[in-house]
Amino acid sequence: MIRRIFCALAGLALLAAPASAADPVKIGMITTLSGGGSGLGIDIRDGFRLAIDQEGGTLGGHAVELIVEDDARKPDKARQIADRMVERDRVDVMTGIVWSNLAIAVVPKVVRDGVFYVSPNAGPSLLAGKGCHENYFNVAWQNDNLHEAVGQYVKDEGYESAFVLAPNYPAGHDAIAGFKRYYDGEIAGEVYTKLGQLDYAAEIAQIRAAEPDAVFFFLPGGMGISFIKQYDQSGLRESVPLFGPAFSFDQTILGAVGDAALGVVNSSQWSQDIDNVANEAFVADFKEAYGRLPSLYASQGYDAARLIASALKATGGQVKDDMDAFREALRAADFQSVRGDFAFGANHHPVQDIYMREVVKQDGVLTNRITAKAFEDHKDAYVDECRM
Amino acid sequence: MDNGLPRLILAAILAAALLALPALVEAAGRGYWTGIATHVLIFALAAGSLNLILGFGGMVSFGHAAFLGTGAYVVGILSHHASMGIPIATWPFAIAGTESALIAWPLAMLAAGALAFVIGLISLRTGGLYFIMITLAFAQMVYFFFVSLEPYGGDDGLSMWSRSRLPGLDLGSDTQFYYVVLALVALAYFLKSRVIHSRFGVVLRGSRDNDRRMRAIGHPTRRYRLAAFTLAGAVAGLAGALIANQTEFVSPAFLHWTRSGEMLVMVILGGIGTVLGPALGATAFLLLEEVFSGWTEHWMIVLGPLLLAVVLFAKRGLWGLVSRPGEVPRD
Amino acid sequence: MLLILEQTLNGLQLGVMLFLMAAGLTLICGIMSFINLAHGSLYMVGAYVAATVAQATGSFLLGVCAALPAAGLVAMALEWSALGRLYDRDHLDQVLATFGLILFFNELVKIVWGAQPIFLDTPAWLSGSVEIVPGVPYSTYRLAIIVVGLAVALGLYLLIARTRVGMLIRAGASNRRMVSALGVDIKRLYTLIFGLGAMLAALAGVMAGPIYAVQVGMGENILILAFVVIVVGGIGSVRGALVAALLVGLVDTLGRAFLPTLLQLAFDPATANGVGASLASMTIYIFMAAILAWRPQGLFPAHG
Repeated sequence: MIRRIFCALAGLALLAAPASAADPVKIGMITTLSGGGSGLGIDIRDGFRLAIDQEGGTLGGHAVELIVEDDARKPDKARQIADRMVERDRVDVMTGIVWSNLAIAVVPKVVRDGVFYVSPNAGPSLLAGKGCHENYFNVAWQNDNLHEAVGQYVKDEGYESAFVLAPNYPAGHDAIAGFKRYYDGEIAGEVYTKLGQLDYAAEIAQIRAAEPDAVFFFLPGGMGISFIKQYDQSGLRESVPLFGPAFSFDQTILGAVGDAALGVVNSSQWSQDIDNVANEAFVADFKEAYGRLPSLYASQGYDAARLIASALKATGGQVKDDMDAFREALRAADFQSVRGDFAFGANHHPVQDIYMREVVKQDGVLTNRITAKAFEDHKDAYVDECRM
Repeated sequence: MDNGLPRLILAAILAAALLALPALVEAAGRGYWTGIATHVLIFALAAGSLNLILGFGGMVSFGHAAFLGTGAYVVGILSHHASMGIPIATWPFAIAGTESALIAWPLAMLAAGALAFVIGLISLRTGGLYFIMITLAFAQMVYFFFVSLEPYGGDDGLSMWSRSRLPGLDLGSDTQFYYVVLALVALAYFLKSRVIHSRFGVVLRGSRDNDRRMRAIGHPTRRYRLAAFTLAGAVAGLAGALIANQTEFVSPAFLHWTRSGEMLVMVILGGIGTVLGPALGATAFLLLEEVFSGWTEHWMIVLGPLLLAVVLFAKRGLWGLVSRPGEVPRD
Repeated sequence: MLLILEQTLNGLQLGVMLFLMAAGLTLICGIMSFINLAHGSLYMVGAYVAATVAQATGSFLLGVCAALPAAGLVAMALEWSALGRLYDRDHLDQVLATFGLILFFNELVKIVWGAQPIFLDTPAWLSGSVEIVPGVPYSTYRLAIIVVGLAVALGLYLLIARTRVGMLIRAGASNRRMVSALGVDIKRLYTLIFGLGAMLAALAGVMAGPIYAVQVGMGENILILAFVVIVVGGIGSVRGALVAALLVGLVDTLGRAFLPTLLQLAFDPATANGVGASLASMTIYIFMAAILAWRPQGLFPAHG
């Protein structure tokens, strides 16, 4: 019923070791593989698998069994899979969830049940602040991080007024709040759009009328694609530049936006041109293994696996026998992240640099190039609310 | 409808199997199946309520998820306030949250029923395709309402601290929760079969088959249909309360229009207008989803044509395949 | 004042877009009494085929020329093999069968083209903008959508009112048995209508491609809107669909554009923004419920 990566080779190699260490460490991955938004889940899975494959089926030198299941973006289904993984498969570590609402449905329960959870994407404020937990680690970002970086950058660049736009749901409100936390110029207009909206002509007309110096938008997925295309056609882009978080300028999406995205500055904690050994290997191997450029999500899945690998290495493959040791090992984050320096804050969320990137065309393919650093060792805004 | 003895035996076997299920799966070392069975039962309840209006009333509601979601939110919101210790309202009089099932679940039914009453009041003026679309439109309204309901998490949803409380029971235990759900579902199906064979049910079916005649002989059919619609909404609300409890989480995802579609699929798959059909349909649909998604991430490419095949070749649903011909009281 | 004018134009353009989608749907619903949830899938197929051909050949028009027959053929094959047998069946069976088709097409597209959205460019000769009123540049491409939509409306009107096929369509819609008794092969007529409807959906998909995201599941959002349109307009009435589409486009656009501002007269800005946005996302559904409460058969009942 389940797709597993069984690591025969690793098992053989470890036959000589004590029996308990030869049992593979079980990692349960719940992610979105079918239906809307499945591109993100597929990339997270592929990034994670790449890390295992690079080590010849192990993580940190220890055999692992990766159990992947599809949540179809339904919270009740995700919850059910989680219960099954905890009870039947007795997984040691869980990961994979793409969306904040599914994370809120699943994470609090599994960490209370004594399973470690490493988030490769969703970072809702609840889990970073009041609802933080010692067994929960986020290796991507707190949801507000990238928006805060755009706010900082737009302020630094001297734009005196900004028009802000996001969907009318919590992540949208958080995005605008995050932007405003660091941007202190005038807000020329604040518009919340319908979730899944197709047409942005009305909003673009409002932007034109408001005459701002810059536009900040957060419209994940297809909404962003539609918006950028329509904004480009409106002819406004020359006079009022767009700024946004990486989600609308990621490798998964750029191909669909086309030249309309060219030159737009966006924020990200990772970019394929970050210059370090780990990232070089990751980008090259990912391209070879899957025949496409890695995305932000793939990098996060990859880092999640590498973080787990570093902890397994430190504890000699023990997870449940000594949870404190494994937790300490995760907290140390002693691994080469593809984004460069990486450490955990007190609430187990990243303390990291956030870059500004520009969309460029390289050998005929649209991609991003780093142009500036918005934040150095940036912490999220909820760390003080967390009592662990 | 006669031939009572084999039916009785069959019913007894089914009842025994359902009662013994938690013990059996526990013994087999597959305790998590209790959770899956609970999920199936809850959707059997929801699909059964839809079947009341769909199969017996001829009202194709494409917005049943609205009632399911409303029921879930009532439980979620009450529990949220109880665990945070914040009253829901302070004026004109104080209303506190609660985690008691005895208060929250009936309230969930009441709220969903009230919503169904209002929606029904407007929607039942139309018929056929118009009815399908207007119920969908109302469900979309409710969906967007909850998506933008910031104090309760909006699209992110609302996590519950624990399941509801029932005196003398621990609903946190999956086994005990299963029995509570089983009892409620059994009761609902029993009551449903009574309702269908009552005068009310006869008028309802009569109005489905020939509304003009029923009105001509003096039955205010629209009132009957509205009552059935409200009742179905209330029962779906109960199913929502249960699903919120099982997941310990509520979010607008429960109200998405594809959920309404899935409930329709369960009813039709099982056999529309039969008492037990929807339960069979819910079981089949959820298990198929479970099995197919285990095989391949492209499971929808198998499930889709399968649904088409059911429509084309098994006109009376799965129940029609397992029951004797002529048993389906559809015409 | 200029803003109101511009927003009205935006509303009309969205309406025309919806009309392209709704026209085929209302014909199929009205004449064959068939609920086709898979109409959105044909819209998606149209956009994907056009994007692929346009990318390969570099010509948007060739993309259009490939997408329309492709969607039409897929639809006619489906109609001939499976869906055609469901015309006499309950609406419910149709909903179930076409719901299954949505799942199938979404996954098929994902397997063929991948899970990531793909790209369809605005043709160069339609990019840029024109100044209709001084000071208000308007996208040429959006103007083109309005022109195409109105041309389709006119074409459909001529087809239905002036041609023999149109006469049969009208006759078939009001009395199916009589038409077949007169020796007309009604089944073939239905297959043709189904294909025509699919081509209109594909045209909508192609036109949408350069301004909306081309991705798996793109048909579902617009499908629900199209259903709202045909129900408001009166099922089976092309004229109703046109009027309703324009109304829905206007209500949606103007609601989004002005509700928050209007509410600021009564509430503080933050509340007004929140409540306004929530209300704006519900306006078309409220509009539809109001219309149906007032006229249960829609604005232009086709039969009766």
